[in-house]
Amino acid sequence: MPLESSLIASNKPTKVNWRASLSKKTLIGIPYLWMAIFFVLPFLFILKISLSEAALMQPPYLPFIREIEDGAVTLVINFSNFMLIFEDALYWQALVNSIEIAAIATLLTLLLGYPMAYAIAKAPAAWRLPLLMLIILPFWTSFLIRVYAWIGILKNNGLLNQTLMAMGVIDQPLEILYTQTAVYIGLVYTYLPFMILPLYATLIRMDDTLLEAAADLGCPPWKQFLTVTLPLSMPGIIAGSMLVFIPVMGEFVIPDLLGGPNTLMIGKLMWTEFFSNKDWPVASALAAVLLLVLIVPFVLWQHFEQRQQRIEEQS
Amino acid sequence: MPKKTSSSFLVNAFKTSAMALSIGFSANAVAQESVHIYNWSDYITDEAIADFEKQSGIKVVYDVYDSNEVLEAKLLAGKSGYDLVFPTARPFVDRHIQAGIYQKLDKTQLPNYQHLDADIMKSLADIDSGNAYAVPYMWGTSGIGINIKKVKEILGDEMPLDTWALLFDPKITAKLKQCGISLMDDVTEVFAAAHAYKGQDSNDYSKNAINDASETVRAVRDNIRYFHSSQYINDLANGDLCVAHGYSGDILQARDRADEAKNGVEIAYLAPKEGAVVWTDVMVIPADAPNAKAAHTFINYILEPKVIAPITNYVAYANANKDATDLVDEEVRNDQGIYPPAETRANFLVIKTPTDKQARNMNRAWTRVKTGQ
Repeated sequence: MPLESSLIASNKPTKVNWRASLSKKTLIGIPYLWMAIFFVLPFLFILKISLSEAALMQPPYLPFIREIEDGAVTLVINFSNFMLIFEDALYWQALVNSIEIAAIATLLTLLLGYPMAYAIAKAPAAWRLPLLMLIILPFWTSFLIRVYAWIGILKNNGLLNQTLMAMGVIDQPLEILYTQTAVYIGLVYTYLPFMILPLYATLIRMDDTLLEAAADLGCPPWKQFLTVTLPLSMPGIIAGSMLVFIPVMGEFVIPDLLGGPNTLMIGKLMWTEFFSNKDWPVASALAAVLLLVLIVPFVLWQHFEQRQQRIEEQS
Repeated sequence: MPKKTSSSFLVNAFKTSAMALSIGFSANAVAQESVHIYNWSDYITDEAIADFEKQSGIKVVYDVYDSNEVLEAKLLAGKSGYDLVFPTARPFVDRHIQAGIYQKLDKTQLPNYQHLDADIMKSLADIDSGNAYAVPYMWGTSGIGINIKKVKEILGDEMPLDTWALLFDPKITAKLKQCGISLMDDVTEVFAAAHAYKGQDSNDYSKNAINDASETVRAVRDNIRYFHSSQYINDLANGDLCVAHGYSGDILQARDRADEAKNGVEIAYLAPKEGAVVWTDVMVIPADAPNAKAAHTFINYILEPKVIAPITNYVAYANANKDATDLVDEEVRNDQGIYPPAETRANFLVIKTPTDKQARNMNRAWTRVKTGQ
């Protein structure tokens, strides 16, 4: 908040200014409060459990502060859950798999989503709203039901195979359900709107005169796209990719419903730890590690981005 | 154990919240005594609940789950709000009694207790000394469901089918692969079956034993279409699977569905001769139950032979009530898949509860086997 304090310092503290600064503080305070209640607090709970030890009791982990003998208490912090995660190759493998699946799914949604966002942004103004509605409408049905519907489409005697066989394209049903392909279909389908909407938002704000200028100077359309449109839409690409990549990393439902047994993802492992091993501490440690893996690169990226901006502004 | 799956647990979460919503409305209308019951899905008849409400004047708030794990997580978290739950005795109730999350039954409130089968009560005494906590509800086995016609077509009429070899012999599974084989997504069940197939002790949870069982499954891993604990019901009935490892009642349900559909699919349930895993689901009252008295009333109602008999007819599992057997439909009573003959029962495998460490080793081995690591 150095920006805010400099604003106050530069002005005489009149009554009006005092009021304005208070409302500004509240305005900034609300999102921080939101973050504290819905992000920091739950995370602290998880962190607390992750430093405990599983036990056959209710709740199924030992409390932090334990009474040894009357009155004497001791604080026990247990790091072995994190050790277990770093020592066992299975967790590492699951993390690598999740990153790979999330990266491929993000790339696929980008390849599919970019042309769609571009087309909507370039469509006549009257068409844009109906087209956007078509993207958003499926959200009005439960996510779970939409994923279940894919089972009906992809299974061996499902809609897709029956149609293709009736048309004579294939003789044997394609084995898609319970494979990695089905997982990607489900992921791309589910997360496509998260890619299209931020892309559309940046593309619609783009200044068309830049393209006209490029064209006037003899730049062919494909080069216009690569040198003007694509770099200018970078913020949308990054925002969309993050909105897809981050939730897919922790995805559990789609690989569980559509994937085969060899789809090893961190979400599934967390389920096993929590339900099958009833080891809440290890499950919490996994959740904490996943969060760090996601948040650290994001914070670093933002840090460098801001520094880059400052350098550009100075020069 | 009618259905077990990690995924449809989410479906149930939705159902439960929808139910909670409708309950919220009715709660305002009448301040009536109520009992909160949490049971497996498809594990009771609607009539049984309606009659209980009429008889006792107690309103039943009925929620369903489809895996012991989900029930366990709720109970261990505490303050589940349920008065009566139906977990599987081993390993779940065994662990829960040790964790102290149930309350002792007041048998003076259970005059119908005398109808229970003494043999089954005795079989539970090692985990519940003096039968202080748990009243058995239904019991069954896990074995093999087969599509008779297709399997005989592939293996010939000579091949005996009541054997775990259908699931664990690499040569046989290779032949059946195209037709479809499924295993339950349950390490305890699968490893016990794998041990039984190899003639080993199913209750050995040492690292070596876990490795052996892993190898047995790994040898046929490529011939298994999927690992799931309820999907096979539909797939068997539709003819999409030839051999499924599953719960007796679920496979019999698949058989009935195929019969109803008249699709020419003929399903049979077989308890393998090497030994099928036997399990018992019990009724227990959580220590923090808001209305334990009503829970007792419900247990006593279920213990009435004329109440439990039609439930067995419907769910295709044997109940633990010896006086109810004569009231069960003849067709069900004589079904060897539901009420197995004495020589099959002699071979049943009773699963011991692994320690937490052993359970962790097993779950980890299972994840490796499934994912092909």
